[in-house]
Amino acid sequence: MNPALLWFHQLGSPPVFDRFAARWAPVGFALGLAAMAVGIYGALFVVPADYQQGDSFRILYIHVPAAWMSLFVYALMAFYAVIALVWHIKLCEVLAMACAPIGALFTAVTLATGSIWGKPMWGTWWDWDPRLTSELVLLFLYLGVIGLNAAIEDRRAAARAAGFLAIVGVVLLPVIRYSVTWWNSLHQGATIKLIGESTMDASMTWPLWVMVVATKLWFVGSLLQRARADNLERESGKDWARASAGVPR
Amino acid sequence: MSGPSLLAAAKAQALRDLRLVWRRRSDAAQPLLFALMTVALFPLALGADPQQLARIAPGVLWVAVLLASLLTLDTLYRSDVEDGSLEQMLLAPVPLGWLLAVRVAVHWVTASLPLVVVTPLLAELLFLPADLLPVLMASLLLGTPLLSLLGAVVAALTVGIRRSGMLLALLALPLFLPVLVFGAGSVMAAAQGLPWLGALLLLGAGLALALVLAPLAAAAAIRIALN
Repeated sequence: MNPALLWFHQLGSPPVFDRFAARWAPVGFALGLAAMAVGIYGALFVVPADYQQGDSFRILYIHVPAAWMSLFVYALMAFYAVIALVWHIKLCEVLAMACAPIGALFTAVTLATGSIWGKPMWGTWWDWDPRLTSELVLLFLYLGVIGLNAAIEDRRAAARAAGFLAIVGVVLLPVIRYSVTWWNSLHQGATIKLIGESTMDASMTWPLWVMVVATKLWFVGSLLQRARADNLERESGKDWARASAGVPR
Repeated sequence: MSGPSLLAAAKAQALRDLRLVWRRRSDAAQPLLFALMTVALFPLALGADPQQLARIAPGVLWVAVLLASLLTLDTLYRSDVEDGSLEQMLLAPVPLGWLLAVRVAVHWVTASLPLVVVTPLLAELLFLPADLLPVLMASLLLGTPLLSLLGAVVAALTVGIRRSGMLLALLALPLFLPVLVFGAGSVMAAAQGLPWLGALLLLGAGLALALVLAPLAAAAAIRIALN
Protein backbone atom coordinates (compact mmCIF):
# COMPACT_ATOMS: atom_id res chain seq x y z
CA MET A 1 0.00 0.00 0.00
CA ASN A 2 1.00 3.58 -0.67
CA PRO A 3 2.87 4.73 2.48
CA ALA A 4 0.93 8.00 2.80
CA LEU A 5 -2.37 6.12 2.53
CA LEU A 6 -1.17 3.54 5.01
CA TRP A 7 -0.21 6.24 7.50
CA PHE A 8 -3.64 7.81 7.02
CA HIS A 9 -5.38 4.49 7.67
CA GLN A 10 -3.30 3.82 10.75
CA LEU A 11 -4.14 7.27 12.13
CA GLY A 12 -7.77 6.17 12.28
CA SER A 13 -6.89 3.70 15.00
CA PRO A 14 -7.46 5.16 18.49
CA PRO A 15 -4.06 4.25 20.05
CA VAL A 16 -2.11 5.57 17.04
CA PHE A 17 -4.13 8.76 17.04
CA ASP A 18 -3.53 9.15 20.77
CA ARG A 19 0.25 9.03 20.29
CA PHE A 20 0.00 11.39 17.30
CA ALA A 21 -2.13 13.90 19.22
CA ALA A 22 0.04 13.69 22.33
CA ARG A 23 3.08 14.61 20.23
CA TRP A 24 1.60 17.35 18.03
CA ALA A 25 -0.94 19.14 20.26
CA PRO A 26 1.77 20.91 22.35
CA VAL A 27 3.58 21.84 19.13
CA GLY A 28 0.40 23.43 17.77
CA PHE A 29 -0.14 25.37 21.00
CA ALA A 30 3.51 26.52 21.20
CA LEU A 31 3.75 27.66 17.57
CA GLY A 32 0.32 29.29 17.83
CA LEU A 33 1.29 31.20 20.98
CA ALA A 34 4.59 32.34 19.45
CA ALA A 35 2.89 33.53 16.25
CA MET A 36 0.18 35.24 18.32
CA ALA A 37 2.82 37.06 20.35
CA VAL A 38 4.46 38.34 17.16
CA GLY A 39 1.12 39.24 15.59
CA ILE A 40 -0.21 41.06 18.67
CA TYR A 41 3.06 42.94 19.09
CA GLY A 42 2.90 44.03 15.46
CA ALA A 43 -0.75 44.97 15.76
CA LEU A 44 -0.36 47.00 18.95
CA PHE A 45 3.07 48.63 18.59
CA VAL A 46 4.39 48.50 15.01
CA VAL A 47 1.41 49.29 12.83
CA PRO A 48 0.57 53.03 12.61
CA ALA A 49 -2.78 54.28 13.90
CA ASP A 50 -5.58 54.63 11.40
CA TYR A 51 -6.16 58.19 10.17
CA GLN A 52 -9.92 57.91 10.74
CA GLN A 53 -10.40 55.41 13.54
CA GLY A 54 -7.30 56.07 15.61
CA ASP A 55 -6.24 53.13 17.70
CA SER A 56 -9.58 51.37 17.98
CA PHE A 57 -9.15 49.66 14.61
CA ARG A 58 -6.45 47.47 16.17
CA ILE A 59 -9.09 45.08 17.53
CA LEU A 60 -9.54 43.97 13.92
CA TYR A 61 -6.37 41.89 14.22
CA ILE A 62 -8.29 39.59 16.55
CA HIS A 63 -11.74 40.10 15.10
CA VAL A 64 -11.05 39.21 11.47
CA PRO A 65 -9.00 36.01 12.08
CA ALA A 66 -11.61 34.84 14.61
CA ALA A 67 -14.41 35.49 12.12
CA TRP A 68 -12.64 33.51 9.42
CA MET A 69 -11.97 30.69 11.87
CA SER A 70 -15.62 30.59 12.94
CA LEU A 71 -16.64 29.69 9.37
CA PHE A 72 -13.61 27.51 8.65
CA VAL A 73 -14.15 25.40 11.78
CA TYR A 74 -17.81 24.91 10.91
CA ALA A 75 -16.90 23.72 7.42
CA LEU A 76 -14.31 21.36 8.87
CA MET A 77 -16.79 20.02 11.43
CA ALA A 78 -19.32 19.28 8.68
CA PHE A 79 -16.57 17.67 6.59
CA TYR A 80 -15.63 15.33 9.44
CA ALA A 81 -19.32 14.64 10.07
CA VAL A 82 -19.82 13.57 6.43
CA ILE A 83 -16.85 11.21 6.65
CA ALA A 84 -18.12 9.86 9.96
CA LEU A 85 -21.61 9.19 8.57
CA VAL A 86 -20.51 7.73 5.25
CA TRP A 87 -17.53 5.58 6.26
CA HIS A 88 -18.36 5.10 9.95
CA ILE A 89 -14.87 6.16 11.07
CA LYS A 90 -15.04 6.54 14.82
CA LEU A 91 -12.18 9.01 14.98
CA CYS A 92 -13.95 11.41 12.61
CA GLU A 93 -16.94 11.51 14.98
CA VAL A 94 -14.55 12.44 17.77
CA LEU A 95 -12.88 15.12 15.65
CA ALA A 96 -16.19 16.60 14.46
CA MET A 97 -17.45 16.95 18.03
CA ALA A 98 -14.11 18.37 19.15
CA CYS A 99 -14.50 21.12 16.52
CA ALA A 100 -17.85 22.36 17.90
CA PRO A 101 -16.78 24.06 21.17
CA ILE A 102 -13.69 25.61 19.55
CA GLY A 103 -15.75 27.02 16.70
CA ALA A 104 -18.39 28.29 19.11
CA LEU A 105 -15.70 30.12 21.07
CA PHE A 106 -14.22 31.70 17.93
CA THR A 107 -17.74 32.83 16.99
CA ALA A 108 -18.27 34.29 20.46
CA VAL A 109 -14.91 36.10 20.24
CA THR A 110 -15.92 37.48 16.85
CA LEU A 111 -19.21 38.79 18.21
CA ALA A 112 -17.63 40.21 21.37
CA THR A 113 -14.75 42.01 19.64
CA GLY A 114 -17.10 43.26 16.93
CA SER A 115 -19.42 44.70 19.50
CA ILE A 116 -16.56 46.30 21.47
CA TRP A 117 -15.38 47.89 18.23
CA GLY A 118 -18.92 48.89 17.29
CA LYS A 119 -19.57 50.92 20.44
CA PRO A 120 -17.08 53.76 19.69
CA MET A 121 -17.36 53.47 15.90
CA TRP A 122 -21.09 53.00 15.28
CA GLY A 123 -22.22 54.29 18.68
CA THR A 124 -24.01 51.01 19.42
CA TRP A 125 -23.11 47.60 20.78
CA TRP A 126 -25.34 45.78 18.35
CA ASP A 127 -26.94 46.37 15.00
CA TRP A 128 -29.17 44.01 13.01
CA ASP A 129 -26.76 44.12 10.15
CA PRO A 130 -26.72 41.01 7.89
CA ARG A 131 -23.20 40.05 8.91
CA LEU A 132 -23.88 40.34 12.61
CA THR A 133 -27.15 38.44 12.38
CA SER A 134 -25.71 35.57 10.38
CA GLU A 135 -22.75 35.31 12.76
CA LEU A 136 -25.23 35.11 15.65
CA VAL A 137 -27.16 32.36 13.87
CA LEU A 138 -23.86 30.55 13.34
CA LEU A 139 -23.33 30.67 17.11
CA PHE A 140 -26.81 29.19 17.63
CA LEU A 141 -26.00 26.39 15.20
CA TYR A 142 -22.81 25.60 17.09
CA LEU A 143 -24.70 25.62 20.40
CA GLY A 144 -27.33 23.33 18.89
CA VAL A 145 -24.67 20.83 17.83
CA ILE A 146 -23.04 20.95 21.28
CA GLY A 147 -26.42 20.64 23.00
CA LEU A 148 -27.56 17.67 20.92
CA ASN A 149 -24.21 15.95 21.44
CA ALA A 150 -24.52 16.42 25.19
CA ALA A 151 -28.16 15.33 25.37
CA ILE A 152 -27.81 11.81 23.96
CA GLU A 153 -26.48 9.16 26.31
CA ASP A 154 -24.71 6.90 23.83
CA ARG A 155 -21.52 8.67 22.70
CA ARG A 156 -21.47 7.30 19.18
CA ALA A 157 -25.17 7.93 18.49
CA ALA A 158 -24.78 11.43 19.95
CA ALA A 159 -21.85 12.29 17.69
CA ARG A 160 -23.64 10.97 14.62
CA ALA A 161 -26.89 12.84 15.35
CA ALA A 162 -25.05 16.10 16.11
CA GLY A 163 -22.92 15.62 13.00
CA PHE A 164 -26.05 15.23 10.92
CA LEU A 165 -27.37 18.48 12.38
CA ALA A 166 -24.09 20.18 11.42
CA ILE A 167 -24.54 18.98 7.84
CA VAL A 168 -28.13 20.28 7.74
CA GLY A 169 -26.76 23.59 9.04
CA VAL A 170 -24.29 23.78 6.15
CA VAL A 171 -27.19 23.60 3.70
CA LEU A 172 -28.98 26.41 5.49
CA LEU A 173 -26.05 28.73 6.29
CA PRO A 174 -25.96 30.35 2.82
CA VAL A 175 -29.74 30.61 2.87
CA ILE A 176 -29.64 32.40 6.22
CA ARG A 177 -26.82 34.63 5.02
CA TYR A 178 -28.66 35.76 1.91
CA SER A 179 -32.11 35.90 3.45
CA VAL A 180 -30.82 38.34 6.04
CA THR A 181 -29.03 40.42 3.41
CA TRP A 182 -32.16 40.55 1.32
CA TRP A 183 -34.35 41.33 4.29
CA ASN A 184 -32.20 44.20 5.53
CA SER A 185 -31.71 45.76 2.14
CA LEU A 186 -35.45 46.38 2.24
CA HIS A 187 -35.26 48.50 5.33
CA GLN A 188 -32.08 50.52 5.20
CA GLY A 189 -30.25 51.89 2.24
CA ALA A 190 -26.85 52.45 3.83
CA THR A 191 -25.42 49.20 5.10
CA ILE A 192 -22.49 49.48 7.43
CA LYS A 193 -19.51 47.55 6.26
CA LEU A 194 -16.54 46.19 8.12
CA ILE A 195 -13.15 47.15 6.78
CA GLY A 196 -12.15 45.18 3.72
CA GLU A 197 -8.56 43.97 3.33
CA SER A 198 -8.26 45.52 -0.10
CA THR A 199 -8.71 48.99 1.37
CA MET A 200 -5.97 48.48 3.93
CA ASP A 201 -2.45 49.64 3.38
CA ALA A 202 0.16 46.91 3.01
CA SER A 203 2.03 48.15 6.09
CA MET A 204 -1.08 47.40 8.15
CA THR A 205 -1.87 43.91 6.81
CA TRP A 206 1.13 41.81 7.84
CA PRO A 207 0.11 41.34 11.51
CA LEU A 208 -3.29 40.25 10.21
CA TRP A 209 -1.76 37.42 8.19
CA VAL A 210 0.43 36.44 11.15
CA MET A 211 -2.69 36.29 13.32
CA VAL A 212 -4.53 34.23 10.70
CA VAL A 213 -1.73 31.65 10.77
CA ALA A 214 -1.55 31.85 14.59
CA THR A 215 -5.26 31.09 15.04
CA LYS A 216 -4.95 28.14 12.65
CA LEU A 217 -2.03 26.70 14.64
CA TRP A 218 -3.81 27.28 17.92
CA PHE A 219 -6.85 25.54 16.49
CA VAL A 220 -4.75 22.51 15.48
CA GLY A 221 -3.37 22.25 19.02
CA SER A 222 -6.79 22.70 20.60
CA LEU A 223 -8.50 20.24 18.25
CA LEU A 224 -5.90 17.52 18.86
CA GLN A 225 -6.04 18.09 22.63
CA ARG A 226 -9.85 17.90 22.78
CA ALA A 227 -10.07 14.97 20.39
CA ARG A 228 -7.43 13.12 22.40
CA ALA A 229 -9.35 13.63 25.65
CA ASP A 230 -12.61 12.46 24.11
CA ASN A 231 -10.85 9.54 22.45
CA LEU A 232 -9.32 8.42 25.75
CA GLU A 233 -12.68 8.74 27.47
CA ARG A 234 -14.35 6.51 24.88
CA GLU A 235 -11.57 3.94 25.10
CA SER A 236 -11.27 4.23 28.88
CA GLY A 237 -11.54 0.49 29.44
CA LYS A 238 -8.49 -0.38 27.37
CA ASP A 239 -4.99 -0.90 28.75
CA TRP A 240 -3.23 1.50 26.38
CA ALA A 241 -5.75 4.25 27.21
CA ARG A 242 -5.13 3.84 30.95
CA ALA A 243 -1.38 3.91 30.37
CA SER A 244 -1.62 6.97 28.12
CA ALA A 245 -3.80 8.86 30.57
CA GLY A 246 -1.39 7.98 33.40
CA VAL A 247 -3.90 5.95 35.41
CA PRO A 248 -2.10 3.46 37.70
CA ARG A 249 -2.98 -0.12 36.96
CA MET B 1 -43.43 -11.29 -1.41
CA SER B 2 -44.06 -7.80 -2.60
CA GLY B 3 -45.08 -5.13 -0.14
CA PRO B 4 -48.12 -2.89 -0.38
CA SER B 5 -48.08 -0.20 -3.05
CA LEU B 6 -46.91 3.28 -2.05
CA LEU B 7 -50.40 4.70 -2.33
CA ALA B 8 -51.96 1.96 -0.21
CA ALA B 9 -49.31 2.47 2.46
CA ALA B 10 -49.82 6.24 2.38
CA LYS B 11 -53.57 5.81 2.72
CA ALA B 12 -53.23 3.42 5.67
CA GLN B 13 -50.72 5.70 7.38
CA ALA B 14 -52.80 8.85 6.80
CA LEU B 15 -56.00 7.20 8.07
CA ARG B 16 -54.24 5.91 11.17
CA ASP B 17 -52.68 9.30 11.93
CA LEU B 18 -55.93 11.17 11.35
CA ARG B 19 -57.80 8.73 13.57
CA LEU B 20 -55.24 9.21 16.34
CA VAL B 21 -55.60 12.98 16.12
CA TRP B 22 -59.40 12.69 16.14
CA ARG B 23 -59.35 10.54 19.30
CA ARG B 24 -57.48 13.35 21.06
CA ARG B 25 -59.20 16.33 19.52
CA SER B 26 -58.83 18.52 22.60
CA ASP B 27 -55.03 18.37 22.16
CA ALA B 28 -55.40 19.53 18.59
CA ALA B 29 -56.99 22.79 19.73
CA GLN B 30 -54.04 23.73 21.95
CA PRO B 31 -51.84 25.35 19.26
CA LEU B 32 -54.77 27.59 18.32
CA LEU B 33 -55.22 28.73 21.90
CA PHE B 34 -51.47 29.26 22.25
CA ALA B 35 -51.33 31.45 19.14
CA LEU B 36 -54.38 33.41 20.27
CA MET B 37 -52.87 34.08 23.70
CA THR B 38 -49.48 35.04 22.24
CA VAL B 39 -51.18 37.56 19.98
CA ALA B 40 -53.23 38.86 22.91
CA LEU B 41 -50.04 39.54 24.88
CA PHE B 42 -48.89 42.26 22.51
CA PRO B 43 -51.76 44.76 22.88
CA LEU B 44 -51.56 44.24 26.63
CA ALA B 45 -47.81 44.83 26.73
CA LEU B 46 -47.54 47.63 24.16
CA GLY B 47 -50.80 49.47 24.73
CA ALA B 48 -53.79 49.38 22.44
CA ASP B 49 -52.74 51.99 19.88
CA PRO B 50 -54.26 50.63 16.62
CA GLN B 51 -51.66 52.27 14.38
CA GLN B 52 -48.73 50.88 16.32
CA LEU B 53 -50.30 47.42 16.45
CA ALA B 54 -51.04 47.49 12.73
CA ARG B 55 -47.39 48.26 12.03
CA ILE B 56 -46.05 45.28 13.98
CA ALA B 57 -48.96 42.95 13.16
CA PRO B 58 -47.29 40.97 10.30
CA GLY B 59 -44.24 40.17 12.41
CA VAL B 60 -46.25 39.32 15.52
CA LEU B 61 -48.64 37.05 13.62
CA TRP B 62 -45.78 35.24 11.94
CA VAL B 63 -43.91 34.77 15.21
CA ALA B 64 -47.07 33.50 16.93
CA VAL B 65 -47.69 30.94 14.19
CA LEU B 66 -44.03 29.93 14.17
CA LEU B 67 -43.90 29.40 17.94
CA ALA B 68 -47.18 27.48 17.90
CA SER B 69 -45.93 25.12 15.21
CA LEU B 70 -42.63 24.78 17.07
CA LEU B 71 -44.50 23.55 20.15
CA THR B 72 -46.38 20.94 18.13
CA LEU B 73 -43.17 19.45 16.72
CA ASP B 74 -42.64 17.30 19.78
CA THR B 75 -45.87 15.38 19.08
CA LEU B 76 -44.67 14.49 15.58
CA TYR B 77 -42.90 11.28 16.63
CA ARG B 78 -43.30 11.15 20.42
CA SER B 79 -46.17 8.66 20.75
CA ASP B 80 -44.77 6.48 17.95
CA VAL B 81 -41.41 6.24 19.69
CA GLU B 82 -43.07 5.31 22.97
CA ASP B 83 -45.30 2.53 21.65
CA GLY B 84 -42.77 1.19 19.14
CA SER B 85 -44.68 2.11 15.98
CA LEU B 86 -41.64 3.98 14.67
CA GLU B 87 -39.59 0.77 14.65
CA GLN B 88 -42.37 -0.87 12.64
CA MET B 89 -42.22 2.02 10.17
CA LEU B 90 -38.46 1.42 9.90
CA LEU B 91 -39.08 -2.26 9.12
CA ALA B 92 -41.93 -1.64 6.69
CA PRO B 93 -41.35 -2.66 3.04
CA VAL B 94 -42.25 0.92 2.03
CA PRO B 95 -39.45 3.56 2.12
CA LEU B 96 -39.32 5.32 5.49
CA GLY B 97 -39.03 8.72 3.79
CA TRP B 98 -42.39 8.17 2.08
CA LEU B 99 -44.15 7.27 5.35
CA LEU B 100 -42.58 10.30 7.03
CA ALA B 101 -43.74 12.54 4.19
CA VAL B 102 -47.31 11.31 4.77
CA ARG B 103 -46.85 11.83 8.52
CA VAL B 104 -45.66 15.41 8.02
CA ALA B 105 -48.53 16.11 5.62
CA VAL B 106 -51.08 14.90 8.18
CA HIS B 107 -49.31 16.87 10.88
CA TRP B 108 -49.45 20.04 8.80
CA VAL B 109 -53.15 19.57 8.01
CA THR B 110 -54.09 18.96 11.65
CA ALA B 111 -51.69 21.32 13.47
CA SER B 112 -50.73 24.15 11.12
CA LEU B 113 -53.65 24.51 8.74
CA PRO B 114 -56.08 25.42 11.56
CA LEU B 115 -53.62 28.16 12.56
CA VAL B 116 -53.67 29.55 9.03
CA VAL B 117 -57.46 29.37 8.98
CA VAL B 118 -57.86 31.43 12.15
CA THR B 119 -55.22 33.96 11.08
CA PRO B 120 -57.81 36.44 9.68
CA LEU B 121 -59.34 36.54 13.15
CA LEU B 122 -55.96 37.08 14.81
CA ALA B 123 -55.12 39.72 12.19
CA GLU B 124 -58.30 41.57 13.09
CA LEU B 125 -57.22 41.62 16.75
CA LEU B 126 -54.05 43.46 15.71
CA PHE B 127 -55.80 45.80 13.22
CA LEU B 128 -53.88 44.45 10.23
CA PRO B 129 -54.98 46.46 7.15
CA ALA B 130 -57.39 44.38 5.07
CA ASP B 131 -55.36 44.71 1.87
CA LEU B 132 -52.38 42.97 3.53
CA LEU B 133 -54.40 39.93 4.55
CA PRO B 134 -54.11 38.07 1.20
CA VAL B 135 -50.33 38.48 1.24
CA LEU B 136 -50.17 37.26 4.82
CA MET B 137 -52.36 34.26 4.05
CA ALA B 138 -50.30 33.37 0.97
CA SER B 139 -47.04 33.65 2.90
CA LEU B 140 -48.42 31.46 5.70
CA LEU B 141 -49.76 28.87 3.27
CA LEU B 142 -46.31 28.58 1.71
CA GLY B 143 -44.34 29.03 4.92
CA THR B 144 -46.06 26.74 7.44
CA PRO B 145 -45.54 23.52 5.41
CA LEU B 146 -41.91 24.52 5.10
CA LEU B 147 -41.74 24.92 8.89
CA SER B 148 -43.32 21.48 9.36
CA LEU B 149 -40.84 19.86 6.95
CA LEU B 150 -37.78 21.50 8.52
CA GLY B 151 -39.13 20.71 11.96
CA ALA B 152 -39.61 17.07 10.99
CA VAL B 153 -35.87 16.75 10.30
CA VAL B 154 -34.85 18.34 13.60
CA ALA B 155 -37.46 16.48 15.63
CA ALA B 156 -36.24 13.22 14.07
CA LEU B 157 -32.77 13.89 15.49
CA THR B 158 -34.16 14.20 19.02
CA VAL B 159 -36.44 11.14 19.06
CA GLY B 160 -34.03 9.25 21.29
CA ILE B 161 -34.03 11.93 23.99
CA ARG B 162 -36.49 11.94 26.87
CA ARG B 163 -36.90 15.63 27.68
CA SER B 164 -36.28 17.20 24.33
CA GLY B 165 -38.63 20.20 24.36
CA MET B 166 -36.14 22.99 25.00
CA LEU B 167 -33.39 21.35 22.95
CA LEU B 168 -35.78 20.97 20.03
CA ALA B 169 -36.51 24.70 20.12
CA LEU B 170 -32.79 25.49 20.29
CA LEU B 171 -32.11 23.31 17.25
CA ALA B 172 -35.11 24.30 15.16
CA LEU B 173 -35.20 28.09 15.59
CA PRO B 174 -31.99 28.88 13.64
CA LEU B 175 -33.33 26.78 10.77
CA PHE B 176 -36.72 28.52 10.94
CA LEU B 177 -35.10 31.92 10.65
CA PRO B 178 -35.04 32.21 6.83
CA VAL B 179 -38.70 31.17 6.64
CA LEU B 180 -39.62 33.88 9.13
CA VAL B 181 -37.50 36.45 7.30
CA PHE B 182 -39.12 35.78 3.94
CA GLY B 183 -42.63 35.18 5.32
CA ALA B 184 -42.88 38.23 7.54
CA GLY B 185 -40.66 40.16 5.12
CA SER B 186 -43.14 39.74 2.25
CA VAL B 187 -45.99 41.21 4.32
CA MET B 188 -43.77 44.00 5.62
CA ALA B 189 -42.75 44.80 2.05
CA ALA B 190 -46.38 44.88 0.98
CA ALA B 191 -47.14 47.22 3.89
CA GLN B 192 -44.49 49.63 2.62
CA GLY B 193 -45.75 49.43 -0.94
CA LEU B 194 -42.68 47.52 -2.11
CA PRO B 195 -42.76 44.46 -4.40
CA TRP B 196 -43.54 41.41 -2.26
CA LEU B 197 -43.93 38.65 -4.81
CA GLY B 198 -40.20 37.80 -4.82
CA ALA B 199 -40.19 36.70 -1.18
CA LEU B 200 -43.22 34.50 -1.77
CA LEU B 201 -41.58 32.92 -4.81
CA LEU B 202 -38.48 32.19 -2.75
CA LEU B 203 -40.67 30.60 -0.06
CA GLY B 204 -42.30 28.49 -2.78
CA ALA B 205 -38.90 27.45 -4.10
CA GLY B 206 -37.80 26.52 -0.58
CA LEU B 207 -40.99 24.53 -0.13
CA ALA B 208 -40.43 22.61 -3.38
CA LEU B 209 -36.89 21.80 -2.34
CA ALA B 210 -37.90 20.78 1.19
CA LEU B 211 -40.75 18.59 -0.09
CA VAL B 212 -38.19 16.47 -1.89
CA LEU B 213 -35.26 16.58 0.54
CA ALA B 214 -36.76 16.92 4.03
CA PRO B 215 -38.49 13.48 4.19
CA LEU B 216 -35.25 11.82 3.07
CA ALA B 217 -33.24 13.80 5.61
CA ALA B 218 -35.78 13.00 8.34
CA ALA B 219 -35.55 9.31 7.47
CA ALA B 220 -31.77 9.42 7.69
CA ALA B 221 -31.99 11.24 11.03
CA ILE B 222 -34.42 8.65 12.44
CA ARG B 223 -32.10 5.84 11.38
CA ILE B 224 -29.26 7.58 13.23
CA ALA B 225 -31.33 8.26 16.33
CA LEU B 226 -32.81 4.76 16.60
CA ASN B 227 -29.65 2.93 15.62
